[in-house]
Amino acid sequence: MVHVCTIVPISLTVGANRIVPAVAIPHPLGDPSKPFEEEKTIRRHLVEKALKALQTPVSEQTVFND
Amino acid sequence: MSYRVVHYINQFFAGIGGEEKADYAPETREGVVGPGMALNAALGNEAEIVGTVICGDTYFASDMAKTSAEVLELIRKFEPDAVLLGPAFNAGRYGSACGAMGDAISKELGIPVVSGMFPENPGVEMYRKSLYIIETADSARGMGKAVPAMAKLLLKLLKGEKVGLPAEEGYIERGLRINKFFETMASERCVDMFVKKLKGEPFETEYPMPVFDRVDPNPPIVDMANSTVALVTSGGICPKGNPDHIEASSASKYGEYSIEGFDDLTSADHCTAHGGYDATYADDDPDRVLPVDVMREMEKEGVFKKLHNKFYTTVGNGTAVASAKKFGAEIALKLKADGVDAVILTST
Repeated sequence: MVHVCTIVPISLTVGANRIVPAVAIPHPLGDPSKPFEEEKTIRRHLVEKALKALQTPVSEQTVFND
Repeated sequence: MSYRVVHYINQFFAGIGGEEKADYAPETREGVVGPGMALNAALGNEAEIVGTVICGDTYFASDMAKTSAEVLELIRKFEPDAVLLGPAFNAGRYGSACGAMGDAISKELGIPVVSGMFPENPGVEMYRKSLYIIETADSARGMGKAVPAMAKLLLKLLKGEKVGLPAEEGYIERGLRINKFFETMASERCVDMFVKKLKGEPFETEYPMPVFDRVDPNPPIVDMANSTVALVTSGGICPKGNPDHIEASSASKYGEYSIEGFDDLTSADHCTAHGGYDATYADDDPDRVLPVDVMREMEKEGVFKKLHNKFYTTVGNGTAVASAKKFGAEIALKLKADGVDAVILTST
C-alpha cells in the first residue's frame, strides 16, 4: 500500500510505510487553480510516483519526494 | 447486610484443568472457588462472593454471543449486586470472555462489574470502554496486587462512591472524557507543563495521544504490468447522494462501490461525504481525491493489468482510531480475497 496524502506528519504518525506527498487537503490529486490539462498532468505525475513507490523496496517508513 | 457478588473464572483457575479442559461448559458453584477466596477476603464484611460461574476458555470463544447469554443467565440466578471477572492477566481468550461478560452484565443487568487484565490482553482493546479493568501483571504471579485493587474498586462502585482517574484507582484507561474544573487557565497549565518538559521533570498530559501500531513494510511489487491495483480513500468520495449515509465526521462505516464502466468521476455521478474540508473541489471533480481518470488511462496503456472494479471509502474526520483500524482490517481482507496486488490509499 502507498499512502498519497497532504499531511505527511500524520501519515508518519499512524505508521504508513510508503508515503507520497500530495497537493493540498481539499484536492490531494489535483490543483483547481490550473487549467484542466495541466491539473491532469499533476495527477498523473502523483499516481506514477505512487506506483513507483509500490515497486520500491523499503525497510522503514519512506517519504517519496520528487 | 452485605452485597452479593458473583465471581466468573475459567476452567484453569477453577482447578478443573488446562488446555485439555478448555471446552468445559458453563457451570455454577456456591460460594468461592480458587482466586475467589482471596477476593472474598479483600471485600471484607461489606460484600460477599455468594457464587462462582466457571466456563472453559475455548467453549466461550467458540461462540461468544451464545455463551455470554448462557453465562449471564447463570450469573443472574444468584441475584447479584455486582460481578467480579477473572483476573485474566495475559490470557487472551480468558480476557476476551471476561470483557464480553463485563459488557453483557453492564448492559443487561446494569450492576457494577470489575475485571483485571494485563494491558496487552486483547480483551482490553475490545472491551475497555465497557467496564473497569484493573491493570495486572502478565501472569498469576500478579494475583497479590490485582486482588485488593479489584475489590477496592468494586466496593466503591457498589457504594456509589466517586471513582477517581485511571492512575489513582489502578484501572486501564477507558477512553472516556469527563469534565473537570481547574483553578488555573489552560494556557498557564500548558506553559507549566512545557517548562517541566524543558527541565526534564515529570509531567502528566491532560490529553494523551493514541498509540499507533507499526507494521513491517510489504515487499515491493515486482511485476506491475501483471498487477491489479485498487483505490481506497479516507476522503469520502462516494456515489452522488451518499447512498449509505457515511457520516460527515466520526464515521461509523465505510462504503464499497463499483467503478465498473467509469473512465472518469464527475460531479454528475460522484461527490464527497467528508465534512472536514471544503468539499467544493472534490464535488466539482472527484478525481482530485480518487484518481479514477488517470488510473483508467494507465490501465489502458498497460502500466498495470487492472484497476480493481471496486473502491473503498470512508471519512477520516474525527473518526475513532479503533473504527479506522476495523475498517482497514475488513477492507484488506476483501481486497486480498479479490486478488488485489497493490493499493493506492488517498487522504485529504
